[in-house]
Amino acid sequence: MTFNIDKVRSDFPILQTKVNGKPLAYLDNAATTQKPQAVIDAITDYYTNYNANIHRGTHHLSNLATEAHEKARKTIQTYLNAAHDHEVIFTRGTTESINLVAFSFGQAFIKPCDEVIVTAMEHHSNFVPWQMMCERLGAKFRVVPFDEKGDLRLDILAKLLNEKTRIVAFNHVSNSLGTINPAKEIIRMAHDAGAAVLVDAAQSVQHIEHDVQALDADFYAFSGHKIYGPTGIGVLYGKEEWLDTMPPYQGGGEMIDIVTEEYTTYNKLPFKFEAGTPNVVGPIGLEAAIDYLNQFEFAEIRAHEDDVLEYGRERLSEVPGLTIYGNSEHRASIMAFNIGGIHHYDLGTLLDTQGIAVRTGHHCTQPIMTALGIEGTVRASLGIYNTKAEIDALIEGIYKVRKMLGR
Amino acid sequence: MASIDEIQADIIEDFSFLPEWDERYAYLIELGQKMPPLPEEFRTEENIVRGCQSTVWLHRECQDGKVLLQADSDSLIVKGLAALLMQVYSGQPAADILTTDLTFFEGTGLSKHLSSQRSTGLMAMIEQIKAFAVRCAAGEA
Repeated sequence: MTFNIDKVRSDFPILQTKVNGKPLAYLDNAATTQKPQAVIDAITDYYTNYNANIHRGTHHLSNLATEAHEKARKTIQTYLNAAHDHEVIFTRGTTESINLVAFSFGQAFIKPCDEVIVTAMEHHSNFVPWQMMCERLGAKFRVVPFDEKGDLRLDILAKLLNEKTRIVAFNHVSNSLGTINPAKEIIRMAHDAGAAVLVDAAQSVQHIEHDVQALDADFYAFSGHKIYGPTGIGVLYGKEEWLDTMPPYQGGGEMIDIVTEEYTTYNKLPFKFEAGTPNVVGPIGLEAAIDYLNQFEFAEIRAHEDDVLEYGRERLSEVPGLTIYGNSEHRASIMAFNIGGIHHYDLGTLLDTQGIAVRTGHHCTQPIMTALGIEGTVRASLGIYNTKAEIDALIEGIYKVRKMLGR
Repeated sequence: MASIDEIQADIIEDFSFLPEWDERYAYLIELGQKMPPLPEEFRTEENIVRGCQSTVWLHRECQDGKVLLQADSDSLIVKGLAALLMQVYSGQPAADILTTDLTFFEGTGLSKHLSSQRSTGLMAMIEQIKAFAVRCAAGEA
């Protein structure tokens, strides 16, 4: 189907919302995305027609639910171009996916004095779990800085990589700067040094390329709710050879093979990493979201979002006293900014009275804010349904706030 | 001096004259801007009340069982909220601060409208004022 923005907008019922009598301009997609009717319908259909516990059931509903849950795994496998469906592990979200790897990979492969590399532009979710792991196992925690444009210092990464480096973790797209990091190059550099790589794809899987084999990522994590799916479901992709050699993350039902008083053996992939009754409906909703995206050529979605992004950056740069943070030439979705003399919280709150939804604060990236020497920013972030008219509303809103505050 | 409840009733009435939210915010910001500036010597690390998004400086004094407060914030909206808290609490007997419910926040609709009280640091401010009132009432401050 060709990409028609009016049709797309009509697929997301919440976009009809009025805030203080004004049409909603939802520009907080990096925090979470809205859901198309198809996703809402898939969830309702599950609870209406085939809710059951899965994998162990002997009855009709359980078979239907198991089949739908596992079909979703295959759809996600295809979307990521993973080699096997059992390389797709369901989690609660990106954060849990990363914690799983930090724990299980750490247990299997990290020894005292080994090294772990992250970047200074990570979300706390891809920073703190590694810091915790290093503390737990006596490993060294290394951080790659970024330059004034918001590009990673690959020259410093090259210097930090050595034979002690076990894993490198970085985001494909920065949630605070919008930088698209050169994932293939970073992964190649890490692999040349003998290190594994985790890609935090929370802000990229919905916007840019997401082929885990083309990237050659060892681990790849994302959240359902940021790609138009439900909250509480996330994905960890891991290469089979890694996942097979890592111990389980949590113990309980589903993840076991044989349990005796003396020992327990574990289930095969992916169930080894999915203890307890899973979020059965989550993957079904996520599959509906991916099917929704799959009706378009992905390049069309990208072209539309980039068109609105570049228009937004251009309009923002015309506002006197406005600073944009993140000026990499490779960027997606995110516009972070401040206006001199106006606190980001005040700007965000006053934009809200005009129906414009943005995020303000440090965006869970305090190391970035420290590097930039600021407390926080206003962040407008785009999704598939945003328009240039909404950018115009944002700009008009900013001028109104400036007038109101006498700036 | 008017009681805490009388002052709260006045604030609720003042806000009721402003039907639009942008007017209410404009009023709130004006209240903040009219607040006497916080003397530099009170802008200390120990007077900082951290919200998730903004910083508040809150200076507390206890005189004859009454709580005296001064505040400032880097956010104009939060500064306006602080100004309302100063109006309600500053100069009041510590015992009254501890026994009177805070109603103006609900009454003006501000509680529903602000993204979250945690993010403004308002709850932290109220907790600190009350904790100080306990010490002031006990003659420990």
